[in-house]
Amino acid sequence: MFSILKYLRKREMLFMLATILVTVLQVFLELKLPDYMNAITTTVITPGSYMSDIWIAGGMMLLCSFGGLIASVFVGFFCAKVATGFSMRLRSQVYDKVTGFSMEEINGFSTASLITRSTNDIMHVQMFLVMGTAIMFRAIIMASMAIGKIYSKSWQWTLSTAIAVLLLLLLIISLIIVVLPKFKIIQTLTDNLNRVTRENLTGIRVVRAYNAEDFQEGKFEEANDELMKTHLFTQRAMAIMGPGMSIIMNGLSLAVYWIGAYLINIAPMPVNVAEAVLSGEMSFMDALTEPVADKIAVFSDMVVFSSYAMQVVMSFMMLTMIFIILPRASVSAKRIKEVLDTKTKITDGTVGGDSDKADKSEKPHEVIFDHVSFRYPDASDAVLEDISFTAKAGETVAFIGSTGSGKSTLINLVPRFYDVTEGRILIDGVDVRDYTRVALRNRIGLVPQRAVLFGGTIRSNIAYGDNGKQEEYTDEEIWDALRIAQAEDFVSKLDSKLDADVAQGGTNFSGGQKQRLSIARAVCRKPDIYIFDDSFSALDYKTDRILRGELKKVTGDAITLLVAQRIGTILDADRIIVLDDGRMAGMGTHKELMETCEVYRQIAYSQLSKEELA
Amino acid sequence: MAKKEYEMGSANNGRKRGPGAGRIVEKPKDFKGTFIKLAKYLKAFIPFMVLSLVLSFISSVLAVVGPDVIKDLTAVIETGILTGIDMNAVKRVAVILIIIYGISAVFQYFQSLVMANMTQKMSKKIRKDISEKINIMPLKYFDSTTFGDVLSRVTNDVDTIGHSLGQSITQLVMAVTMLIGSIIMMLITNVTMTIAAILSSLIGFAFMSLILGKSQKYFVGQQKYLGMINGHVEEVYAGHNVLKAYNGEAKAKEEFEEINEKLCKSAFKAQFLSGLMHPFMGFVGNLGYVVVCITGAVLVMKGKIDFPVIVAFTMYVRLFTQPLSQIAQSMNSMQSTAAASERIFEFLEEPPMEDESHKTTVLKGSDVKGEIEFNHVKFGYDPEKIIIKDFSVKVKPGQKVAIVGPTGAGKTTMVNLLMRFYEVNSGSISIDGTPVSELTRENIHDLFGMVLQDTWLFEGTVRDNIVYGKEGITDEMLDKACKAAGIYHFIRTLPKGYDTILNDKVNLSAGQKQLMTIARAMIENAPMLILDEATSSVDTRTEVLIQEAMDTLTKGRTSFVIAHRLSTIRNADMILVMKDGDVIESGNHDELMKQGGFYSELYNSQFEKVS
Repeated sequence: MFSILKYLRKREMLFMLATILVTVLQVFLELKLPDYMNAITTTVITPGSYMSDIWIAGGMMLLCSFGGLIASVFVGFFCAKVATGFSMRLRSQVYDKVTGFSMEEINGFSTASLITRSTNDIMHVQMFLVMGTAIMFRAIIMASMAIGKIYSKSWQWTLSTAIAVLLLLLLIISLIIVVLPKFKIIQTLTDNLNRVTRENLTGIRVVRAYNAEDFQEGKFEEANDELMKTHLFTQRAMAIMGPGMSIIMNGLSLAVYWIGAYLINIAPMPVNVAEAVLSGEMSFMDALTEPVADKIAVFSDMVVFSSYAMQVVMSFMMLTMIFIILPRASVSAKRIKEVLDTKTKITDGTVGGDSDKADKSEKPHEVIFDHVSFRYPDASDAVLEDISFTAKAGETVAFIGSTGSGKSTLINLVPRFYDVTEGRILIDGVDVRDYTRVALRNRIGLVPQRAVLFGGTIRSNIAYGDNGKQEEYTDEEIWDALRIAQAEDFVSKLDSKLDADVAQGGTNFSGGQKQRLSIARAVCRKPDIYIFDDSFSALDYKTDRILRGELKKVTGDAITLLVAQRIGTILDADRIIVLDDGRMAGMGTHKELMETCEVYRQIAYSQLSKEELA
Repeated sequence: MAKKEYEMGSANNGRKRGPGAGRIVEKPKDFKGTFIKLAKYLKAFIPFMVLSLVLSFISSVLAVVGPDVIKDLTAVIETGILTGIDMNAVKRVAVILIIIYGISAVFQYFQSLVMANMTQKMSKKIRKDISEKINIMPLKYFDSTTFGDVLSRVTNDVDTIGHSLGQSITQLVMAVTMLIGSIIMMLITNVTMTIAAILSSLIGFAFMSLILGKSQKYFVGQQKYLGMINGHVEEVYAGHNVLKAYNGEAKAKEEFEEINEKLCKSAFKAQFLSGLMHPFMGFVGNLGYVVVCITGAVLVMKGKIDFPVIVAFTMYVRLFTQPLSQIAQSMNSMQSTAAASERIFEFLEEPPMEDESHKTTVLKGSDVKGEIEFNHVKFGYDPEKIIIKDFSVKVKPGQKVAIVGPTGAGKTTMVNLLMRFYEVNSGSISIDGTPVSELTRENIHDLFGMVLQDTWLFEGTVRDNIVYGKEGITDEMLDKACKAAGIYHFIRTLPKGYDTILNDKVNLSAGQKQLMTIARAMIENAPMLILDEATSSVDTRTEVLIQEAMDTLTKGRTSFVIAHRLSTIRNADMILVMKDGDVIESGNHDELMKQGGFYSELYNSQFEKVS
């Protein structure tokens, strides 16, 4: 938890320091209160004192209290300022880190986990900083200052306070030991219940088709029962908390009074005074003024002590509470730190200044894979091994192979979502690692497997990002792209056309529509290299065919790299590369491969019958 | 102390509730009505509730009486200062106090026990009812809501009720008792001081609620921006490949910072203002104390009261200010309880599927030949929008029917109708001449085996997954089904064979999953079959295996296949071509090719070279 605090800025450290100082002042003022209470008590109980004394003491007390209030406002201000500012920066840092991650790191964490780390986890840390630090500082300062005030009064009282604190700690710690592990179990059980319910919901058609409702309910009942029992256990254990605490607190004040009674009794009363009073030599009132003051002092001490003692006990209670919130926050802090401490693997190259841009359009493009291998760190098997091919301007190179054969990884190497572990990839003779990322990616039009749309409008999605060539796309260009991607039809039917809303994640469009918009985005960019990662499978055969036909007309000199599942999609590629377990099992045109490559034949036959392929 | 853990990575878990910091009170639509409903629904628990309330009432009364006894103790000590304290009297009063505190604590403890029992059993009942309800709801409901929504009702909403219902009601009762009790005790002790105490506290509270009302607004803001940042981050992280490939980082970052800053601002205000609550409470308490002391001192000096009254009053002030904020708190949690219950009742009160207990016609699986007839079927998910306009076809026993069409053409509609997941709007579907509407859904489901594209397996043993609820399946039958499905050998390689538990740790490929569900359908051994053969994410060898297994499965059974493979389509006895939800052509391959309609166009588009 605390190592994350190194991300605090100097100014925030100062704020924290100020918080501590102000808290000291606040506690000091608050602990002044019983002194004035004491004064008031003494004044009231001492006959013949003036009303003005009470007013003064009361006024002072209120003043202190108000001062304490002002101090706490400052503490609250500093704490909130530090916590919210800190978490804002932390959020921003995590965000930067994550957007700089390569796919390897993102997949290592999983997207969902990264999202939670950037939002919920940071909120937990913020909460701890706001509440935790203020409470913690206060409790520690309060406990030590209050102890300082009372320990000289009477060892009997001090002892009873110590016993009360001990009992309290014992109670809370044993509860933590008994209950806290169960809280973790509850979390798993809740997940379990969630899982069973989710299972039932996602498989609802199967559940019904197999008349397995009772089976499902049985499973639910089991999870439900277990959850209830664990909950019951923790709650029963926790039930002792409230009564236990009131017993300790009330017991303490009772003890202070009871002991006080004895202390008053044994407080010295000079014999001569007592005798004088008894013998009538001295009036009762006179006797009160001097020596008896000892007893009165003990009495008012007693009243004051009980309130200090209460403060001490409360502070310890607060401190233990911190230890209950702390684990949650420290888990969150750890998760955030994991992200921040992860090193970004992909580093920027230098090629790609303005001068480079000018001459790149001059010469024909070329993509070369030169003995490329890729493996995850620590993995024994390579995902890709020794891949070599050349794609010349205007060519389409297709990749086909079974799942896990490394097709997607291969094309993700081009925009450097991963970096090759051996060999190199050259674009126009320059290693991709030598380009700046911006320059490299400006040349690429990528259409990923899963269509990605962002919240905004059709326009903002098609004209997405920065292509390094021009500031804005014209409406014509956008419509052109939509037409080629076979999306013109449905977009023109939308009420606001290009300005139609796209929900976050594009949920207001169907899978096929999303895919077509995502293709339009690539087309609009007019890249040198098109990369289609199985982008056509969401389209039906007919649309697929028309789209590819239209695309062919505009790609011109551009290189197309294409991953496909359907043989039909790649029949006319200039070169087809068959991948099997990360190796090239064959390369050539459809016709050539049908003759030479067994793996390719198998794939082909599983999709089309012999006569259809002929 | 009960801390609420948040599920990791549950970004899709329905309504987003921010982490605990948000103290937003959700407003129910009908507070009173919901509580009456809740009371009726939880009738069985009311005696426990009453018992617990009585217990908490008694323990609060005792807590109020306490200071009165302390006052006596102070009086005993004070009067004895000069003449020597009557230690016996002290002891007597102390013992009384011990008894009072003791009893109060015991009652408080029992109250918590009763409450814990009640709320937990209650939550369990609600969860169970929801779970049972899931299985009697028409599919239509689930097709139009998200799973996350239903899930969050089972967990979050029930949790809210379990957490706050018991607590808030007890807290309310205790607080009100304390409040009234302390007012009464104060009035009995001294009227003037009572007025002083109440007035000073009320002024303080008026001030406080002013601030808190303000902070509510910022909490809403904080929650809103938190939701926005969540959405943004989700979008960017999930689409990071596009973000990078298109160099969209800078713009996204700009957007992020904008929301981030707003979030920071509103979070600061919310945290700061709500953090003021505690110090203010403290100040109000102190203000009350001073006012009581001063008024008391004046009265003591005038000889109207004795000193111990002041001591007692300092405690009453504490007892009096505490419940005021507790009442406000418990009212808030009652509101969220009501909002949660409202959502739960909304689900529980959804109309369930029609009751079929009166239906007596039963078709036995072994007697059914498997003739299916669609007779002028008309159907639309929305009755206003009929998609299948008038569909009639007769399928002979043992025939294979292929359902084809472009994506989104409504192929699953046929499954929905055959399985009676949805009811036809008019016309009828009959099995061996018996209209399905005369059969129970359970009966129909018995007659069909089903293998869907989303291979659905649950966390459990391989055996449970394949046998799935069917009784009287021996290991031999299991072996046979698995062999036929081509998965026997694979299962043998698993560490515990049939008893291997399938979870995240066992890595099944998509193909193996599909084969499992085929084995499941084999075990069910129904006379008719529904198959979805999409196997796009399967490698070639497994695909061959699946194809073979499906062929074995369809042998001798009337089968409906959502076909993706041309060989299947060509071999089908009948092809139903779907487009825009409706069946537009039907017949076998040759007939349809001859017709030269949509089908032939679709078929030919496969092989045309891009010109």
